[in-house]
Amino acid sequence: MAIIDPRHAARQLIFERVFRSATLAAAILVLLILGGVAASLLRGAWPALSHFGIKFVTREVWNPVTDEFGALAPIYGTLVTSLIAMVLAVPTGFGIALFLTELCPPWLKRPIGVSVELLAAVPSIIFGIWGLFVLAPVVQRHLQPWLISHIGPLPGIGRLFQGPPFGIGILTAGLVLAIMVLPFIAATMRDVFDTVPPMLKESGYGLGATTWEVIWHVVVPHSRVGMVGGIMLGLGRALGETMAVTFVIGNAHRISASILAPGTTISSAIANEFTEAVGELYTSSLIALGLLLFIITFTVIIAAQAMLRRLERRALSSA
Amino acid sequence: MIGAAPPAAAQGETAARPDPGRDTIDNFVMTARNVNVYYGDKHAVKNVNLDIGRNQVLAMIGPSGCGKSTFLRCLNRMNDTIPGARVDGLITLDGQDIYDRKQDVAQLRARVGIVFQKPTPFPQSIYANVAYGPRIHGLAGTRGDLDELVQTSLERAGLWDEVKDRLSQPGTSLSGGQQQRLCIARTIAVNPEVILMDEPTSALDPTACAKIEDLIDELRKNYAITIVTHNMQQAARVSQRTAYFYLGDLVEVGPTDLMFTNPQQKLTEDYITGRFG
Repeated sequence: MAIIDPRHAARQLIFERVFRSATLAAAILVLLILGGVAASLLRGAWPALSHFGIKFVTREVWNPVTDEFGALAPIYGTLVTSLIAMVLAVPTGFGIALFLTELCPPWLKRPIGVSVELLAAVPSIIFGIWGLFVLAPVVQRHLQPWLISHIGPLPGIGRLFQGPPFGIGILTAGLVLAIMVLPFIAATMRDVFDTVPPMLKESGYGLGATTWEVIWHVVVPHSRVGMVGGIMLGLGRALGETMAVTFVIGNAHRISASILAPGTTISSAIANEFTEAVGELYTSSLIALGLLLFIITFTVIIAAQAMLRRLERRALSSA
Repeated sequence: MIGAAPPAAAQGETAARPDPGRDTIDNFVMTARNVNVYYGDKHAVKNVNLDIGRNQVLAMIGPSGCGKSTFLRCLNRMNDTIPGARVDGLITLDGQDIYDRKQDVAQLRARVGIVFQKPTPFPQSIYANVAYGPRIHGLAGTRGDLDELVQTSLERAGLWDEVKDRLSQPGTSLSGGQQQRLCIARTIAVNPEVILMDEPTSALDPTACAKIEDLIDELRKNYAITIVTHNMQQAARVSQRTAYFYLGDLVEVGPTDLMFTNPQQKLTEDYITGRFG
């Protein structure tokens, strides 16, 4: 029998305890930081919230001169720009990821894969100046006039595409955001699709399924959780993105029916106005905006998880 | 009935088989003539001639890397999915060249099904797993037809009694052996002519393995079966004909009882007596 030096054994035990407590401390730190952020936001936002009450989130007015503040316009702008970004980026990212994992000839795989990763590494300020100086004029001269003359006259949906072509506005911000979140969505989905066991795909092919059928019936169901994760990662970035959006959204505290009109988002309103915010109520209103963003992001994540659970239940009961 | 030949006749038949690498049979469903497979520069299968007979089990044995799995995967063109793989020679199913440009690969794979080393149920319910093939090929007109097809397939795979009360549970909730029988049920649900099995019991415990072997013997009544196995006892138990591969060559093929009692080639004898492999 091996004889272990008791001092050695004691050292092992101590190290084990230290290791356990260190990881526990790190984990608790996360809770503390999250709680701290929530608490300080709540404290900073309290003057505004107690002064305006529920009206803070239901009013569009934002007037520093008369100290009247309502968050509806930035909330609307945040949600709509993110929605536009997701509508454009999710299908595109899905397509890129599928092409890379299932259809791409091997020699093309690396160039496209690396490009996607490089796109994710571009700083947001670059997207901002590019959006303002390159994309916005193109949108103003070509995309918006076309939308106004072709979709604008349609009943219902036409209301979204009316008014003068400003170039900058909600739509342009959505376009820039779409480009920014695309690499996150594409890269995450590609990694998820890569984890599908080859034998599972071959089982699909072995039953006589086409490539499309294998992707739709085998790859996608197997990757569902990870795909939603990738979409949430993109949505999180779209909701919180500040700099690029501030450049191209027009920074107008109003809600227009048309997505061509300028607007604002929570984060760009904060970034734009923090330096000039005088008076407790103004500063507090901006912090309250931050709290709202915090709540929105939190709600999105919880909703995503609930959706995921429902999807899974439905997939299993589709017998 | 090749398998029932008495020893005396077997001696006579030995003389009638001058080339052990060629053993042609009359009642075949698939044939392979001068088949070569290359993975890039590697010559994985060399000039193989082999027939697959109706209502019988053909076992393909040989040491790892001998080309038996590669050859098996040529029979329903699974190698198409591997970059750099190239197949030449002629492989026919019911007299039709399966590598013909006009051949619909999806249709071919519906007629020549495959079962893999590890059970690979789809991340769906037991029912949906079996119903998958019939659904994509439009084999069942009504829900009732589909229910019936699922039931017969599970019955033929010997799994119905174990799962009939929990068809809506995920396929992955079954044990390994049950999952493999589920995969077999899924394969026979599209009513193939040939079933290819690539070491179907290598991931299973002995009890589950025995069940699959009984099942293979049962399935022989309706299908032509080709099985790749590392287990020579299994080849002897389930097959009527055995083909021995070595380094990409088909060394010898013949009735299983002859192969194991009276191999024609020194290489075959060395392998089946366990001298190498």
